[in-house]
Amino acid sequence: MDMLASFLPAGVAHHAPVLIVVVPLIAAAVAAFMPRGVMAWSVALATSVIVAILAFGLLGQVGAHGVVSYDVGGWAPPHGIEIRLDRLNVPILLLLGVLGVLSLIYALPSVADEIAKKQQALFYSAFLVCFSGLIGVTIAGDAFNVFVFLEISSIATYTIIAMGVGKDRRALTASYNYLVLGTIGATFFVIGVGFLYMATGTLNMADMAAVLEQNGHNRVTQAAFAFIVVGLGLKAAMFPLHVWLPNAYAFAPNFVTAFLASTATKVAFYALVRFVFSIFHPDVAFVSMSFTWLFAVVGVIAMMVASVQAVFQTDARRLLAYSSVAQVGYMMLGLGMGTAAGLSAGLLHLMNHALMKGALFMALGAFALNFGVRRVKDLAGLGKTMPASAMAFTVAGLSLVGVPLTVGFTSKWYLVTAALERGWWWAVAALMISSLLALAYVARLLAAIWMENPPSHHGEVAQRRLAPWMVLVPMLILAAANVYFFFHADPLVGLAQAAADAVMGGR
Amino acid sequence: MWTPELSLALALAIPALGGVAVALLGRYPNLREAATLISAVLLAFNVAYLVEVAQSHPTLELATLAPGLHLVFRLEPLGAVFAAVASGLWIVNSLYSIGYMRGNGEKNQTRFYVCFCIAIAGAMGVALSGNLLTMFLFYEVLTLSTYPLVTHKGDANAKRGGAIYLSILLGTSIGLLLPAVITTHFLAGSTDFVAGGLLAVNDVTPAIAGVLLVLFAFGIGKAALMPVHPWLPNAMVAPTPVSALLHAVAVVKAGVFAMLKVGVYIFGSDLIAATPASDALAWIAAISIVLASVVAMTKDNLKARLAFSTVSQLSYVTLGVMLASPLAMLGGALQIVMHAWGKITLFMSAGAIYTATKKTEISQMAGLGRYMPWLFIAYTVGALSIIGLPPLGGTWPKLFLMEGAWESGHGLLIVALIASSILNVAYLLPISARAFFAPPEEAGLKKKPPMLVILPPVITACGVIVLFFLIGPLRDYLAPVFLSSSLAAEAAP
Repeated sequence: MDMLASFLPAGVAHHAPVLIVVVPLIAAAVAAFMPRGVMAWSVALATSVIVAILAFGLLGQVGAHGVVSYDVGGWAPPHGIEIRLDRLNVPILLLLGVLGVLSLIYALPSVADEIAKKQQALFYSAFLVCFSGLIGVTIAGDAFNVFVFLEISSIATYTIIAMGVGKDRRALTASYNYLVLGTIGATFFVIGVGFLYMATGTLNMADMAAVLEQNGHNRVTQAAFAFIVVGLGLKAAMFPLHVWLPNAYAFAPNFVTAFLASTATKVAFYALVRFVFSIFHPDVAFVSMSFTWLFAVVGVIAMMVASVQAVFQTDARRLLAYSSVAQVGYMMLGLGMGTAAGLSAGLLHLMNHALMKGALFMALGAFALNFGVRRVKDLAGLGKTMPASAMAFTVAGLSLVGVPLTVGFTSKWYLVTAALERGWWWAVAALMISSLLALAYVARLLAAIWMENPPSHHGEVAQRRLAPWMVLVPMLILAAANVYFFFHADPLVGLAQAAADAVMGGR
Repeated sequence: MWTPELSLALALAIPALGGVAVALLGRYPNLREAATLISAVLLAFNVAYLVEVAQSHPTLELATLAPGLHLVFRLEPLGAVFAAVASGLWIVNSLYSIGYMRGNGEKNQTRFYVCFCIAIAGAMGVALSGNLLTMFLFYEVLTLSTYPLVTHKGDANAKRGGAIYLSILLGTSIGLLLPAVITTHFLAGSTDFVAGGLLAVNDVTPAIAGVLLVLFAFGIGKAALMPVHPWLPNAMVAPTPVSALLHAVAVVKAGVFAMLKVGVYIFGSDLIAATPASDALAWIAAISIVLASVVAMTKDNLKARLAFSTVSQLSYVTLGVMLASPLAMLGGALQIVMHAWGKITLFMSAGAIYTATKKTEISQMAGLGRYMPWLFIAYTVGALSIIGLPPLGGTWPKLFLMEGAWESGHGLLIVALIASSILNVAYLLPISARAFFAPPEEAGLKKKPPMLVILPPVITACGVIVLFFLIGPLRDYLAPVFLSSSLAAEAAP
């Protein structure tokens, strides 16, 4: 870690916390003026590479110092704006950086196919705004800026989801629905933050926590808790606030789905953890009660209901979207255990799930690119016509089920162990039943891909057609990561445990 | 340097590399088959060496996944015997596969041989595994690698069979076996196979152990204890060499082997005996034995009948584990060996009949004995061994199991064992009788069947006879496993 700490030049290293959010914002403006899509794409890709490098640098700094605090504009907190990095949010930042790079490599052919030439530069610009918003939520040290960046990312997200209109006009209604619900969520969140400000007189999160600990809780802070949980829960697609998600994922451009599925709900989940654990305290009675009776219960219901819904979907991307809702349930369950083991299992699954869903949605995008596949039954014969993409899809799909040799198994192992430690037998049973449901819906997809014959159009059987290498490479990297991190679970498990320990104070 | 550790690694590497070689040589069928045969022979020599050194428990760490989670090979006599059976029969079966696949002009032969190699690697992994985690991993490898073999024909029937195969095996393993494994890890702090029983050593109460035992018994779906058996009859849509080696030897025996290993090294016989669940499970196994035999009688399709016979015979091993006496467990271990040799003979006979005459139903097989005398003699020997008559290998497990049942105070179960043997006579021997004594339905079967499908069952039939006389060394080799387990548990109060 110490070695990592010093690989950035000193000046950059010092300002890295703010550069990581400012660079994409500036790049968004630059990309908007690019005359051609490819140039805007180059700007976006370069930005994501910079973000990834900065994220690695910050990982090193946090590894060395524990907490990195940066005063924006030189104004010290609690009055100035603080950027605060610790062991909880740096892994999220890393996830954003790495998946940003991978999905942007993937983006060029996919976006060229799906979005009109004239709009491509603006599309990449909107994407960069969304990207910087997500980064901002992750690094913000005060509650109001979490709201600001949440809105920045959300509004940009509505835009880029609506860009799916080129292939399917339902993208517009999907985006509009998300806009309405997302705005309600943001409103709830900001009301909650307002209450907290009323009760504590500060917006800085560390400060809030200190004041709350001193003054104790009252009706106002309890109301704030409720508003914040609902607001962030909606963004994180916590059941039953997930209704915007399936259509948004199903009709957005494929690249957008791949990116959002592996990052956006994760960032919201992080924000939820930050509020629930750092600002409110797990030892406070009403908070700890909400763990068992809200997060764990809602998580288990999501694992069941959304998985069953996934089994019966006809649209392949909607199927995986419902699966995502179910997987958020796993994370909620981990959070709801209220123990360091449970939280770290949830965070581990957060990272592993990004690897799985990233690969799965990328593969679906590749299928759509070559053969216009949308429905489950259209997947027929892709094992023969697109073997490499189909292989990546299979590995990631098995990972989703939790078959050994994949990270899904590691996730499940830690979740079940944490549930046993907590003495929650019912949670173990729920995890297993949900895995079996995952087996059912993944088997539907894999059966179509491998067991059916390629369809024939006008008497001509579809020929083998490889995806473009820019689509294939990031997809295969993610699929390989699903296997690699099974054999080398240490880095991810270590990050997750350090994050949980940091936020639980070693409890 | 030729060390036992190297040999452990090779046991996994030889079939895996064999699979790579087969894939690369796909365009040259003769070289491809040579690759399979060479791998099989090399593996058999390697395993023979492992059998020699098993008593010294060589250990090989494959990988550390995370702190406390290791993939480890650790050899012990049970695993060595299972590996020896699987690798030895792989040679015979490879010869047979060549005859069968070419004789029937099957498609996608390269994929077939590659998956076969991976499946054997999976079986070796299960045999040599040093902890539950490793065993679980290779157990799943075995499931997934055999799926393309089951659905080899690719028609609607094969897909349906494959779907049932995969859903039951993956479903039970993920839904029941995995939580059992993780709970074991949680209770004992590791999943290592320990003499005397990991859970017993860690003072787990009989009540919790009973719950775990149920999870293991049904979670190890490959052991085909009723009611999780339907995958096995449905797997019979596979080409016969698959049914023969995988669904009479490698896959199903991996299941009962896992059950036995869990019984001996995770629970220990005393802990099993102390749980109330073991009595119930012993009775479920006994019901499984009788009921599957009854169902087998109703089947006219020869492979289906053999499949239900396998379901019945597998439960002998489960029964042996649940009886938890050293003699019964030894009987179970011997059943793995003896039944493998007997049943592979029967399956290869069924495939040979199909290759030569395209007949699959028993009612069509009248008079075939005169056309293929050697084959039906081999079949009869195999059948008599399954029934348990001397001087054939199948005698011993039944004898030990009955003694074990008596010893552990389950005298009534002996009735079930006897009933099953009588039922075996009733559904296996009429086939021989009809083939030899009934008049042939049609004349004109002039073309001789290929040597490569006749010879292998004859070889294994001879093996069945030899095994009868090898019981002394086999028992001496295996006995310490069961005696030490009960002794170690006694020593640790």
